[in-house]
Amino acid sequence: MIERIYREEYGRAVAVLTRVFGDIDIAEEAVQEAFAAAVQRWPHDGLPPSPAGWIITTARNRAVDRLRRESKRTERHIAAMSLDAAAPTETEAEANAEEGPVQDDRLRMIFTCCHPSLAPNVQVALTLRLLGGLTTAEIAHAFVVSEATMAQRLVRAKGKIRAARIPYRVPFEADLPDRVGGVLRTLYLIFNEGYTASAGDRLVRDDLCAEAIRLARLLAQLMPDEPEVLGLLGLMLLIDSRRAARTTADGELVVLAEQDRRLWDRKLIEEGHRIVRACLRRDRPGPYQLQAAINAVHADAPAAEETDWRQILALYDQLLRFTPTPVVALHRAVALAEVEGPAAALAVVEAPDVAGPMARQHLLHAVRADLLRRSGRPAEAADAYRAALDRADNAAERTFLEGRLADLHPSIG
Amino acid sequence: MTQYLLSIYQPDGPAPDPEFLEPVMRDVETWNREVRAANAWVFSGGLHPASTSTVLRVKDGDELMTDGPFTEGKEHLGGFTVISAPDLDAALGWARKLAAATTLPIEVRPLFDDADGSCEGS
Repeated sequence: MIERIYREEYGRAVAVLTRVFGDIDIAEEAVQEAFAAAVQRWPHDGLPPSPAGWIITTARNRAVDRLRRESKRTERHIAAMSLDAAAPTETEAEANAEEGPVQDDRLRMIFTCCHPSLAPNVQVALTLRLLGGLTTAEIAHAFVVSEATMAQRLVRAKGKIRAARIPYRVPFEADLPDRVGGVLRTLYLIFNEGYTASAGDRLVRDDLCAEAIRLARLLAQLMPDEPEVLGLLGLMLLIDSRRAARTTADGELVVLAEQDRRLWDRKLIEEGHRIVRACLRRDRPGPYQLQAAINAVHADAPAAEETDWRQILALYDQLLRFTPTPVVALHRAVALAEVEGPAAALAVVEAPDVAGPMARQHLLHAVRADLLRRSGRPAEAADAYRAALDRADNAAERTFLEGRLADLHPSIG
Repeated sequence: MTQYLLSIYQPDGPAPDPEFLEPVMRDVETWNREVRAANAWVFSGGLHPASTSTVLRVKDGDELMTDGPFTEGKEHLGGFTVISAPDLDAALGWARKLAAATTLPIEVRPLFDDADGSCEGS
């Protein structure tokens, strides 16, 4: 019970305390102490009417006590507190009132954690730590680095936030589109790390996906006017709906066309569809919304053969206008192959503007191999599969490619 | 308010052509006027090429002097400005304009202040 509350309320409490005390470390320590106190007291006293309010009030009082004790910093912080928190709130009612600006605090925190002056992997770690309430050990585990390395990364990041005065606020209107884009990238990075499993164990990774979705939900709640936030949430839900079908019991990868669609999570698909429809009504398309729409079309097809590839191709055409990258061009080529046949797609995949920049990516070679196979050119397909294998490090993906290569062999003798 | 050091990194080698340099100098001048008008300017200076520098080390009373610069590389500090700004976003705003004016990368780094405790009185 307390564990669930911890997950849900840790970020909120740290965000509020950070605003009050102007320091993330003070906030984190106080909130951890408050939860430790909760573990002691709640089993005896029962759950308080507002656990979140209780945690915030307790943490605030602990922080005030601590600052009073630490004479060296007292003057400055007591002075700061007399501005922000003149009367320490002691009662539950007052604590509940504190939840008013709480949502804004979490939004502030997201923008601080995802500030572009921090490296992407640092943004990810901070977001998981401060908003997700994951422990340093859990984050280290998920990203396959030692706990000491992750701890150091977090300490350094918080040091930079403090020293360089990375602001704790929602960015100004003019900067907002860019900054929201940065937050979305970080959340998608967390999701992808969980989904594509470059390494690490399965459970932790499912947790990362769940956390990314939870944070995207929160962001969608906090910024209801940003269609791309909804788009990202929809995209994650629709991708996640296929989780059970995506690997076999032994962890082997199953491609979309071969997945058992009965295993797809209908509830997630329905929610994803609702979001995509809401985005369509708003008619302010963006890359995440378009990717969500593409996944919604896949989700609509009761069987792979019934996929509406024309619509998917049209959506990729739009996506390519927003993000004219070789990766998008490559994915579009897969749809093109379904609509116009493998020859048209091969021309795109082998064009220098796609093949050049993606030469080192296994995906390019895997897609090309598949197109060659379907064009009745098995020898070239085998070479391309080998090229893909040379460049793939994910175990599930390697097994898949090896399988495809083996299937070819009889025909090339 | 926090003070930030904006360091301008320049490629080593001969100075660019005057045709290129002239508009750059004009834009930098505009930037200088803007920062001063906004009361954000603290101090600044331009540097002679890194090849004019000397590095001195003292260890156990022995002195070692070498031809500079301290760091190897093809780019070195060419000039700097210290500005005062309420937070990093504001400092980055000035840096963005300076980068556009100079066409060079700008490193933004906070200076210690009173609140940083560890450097009190400095």
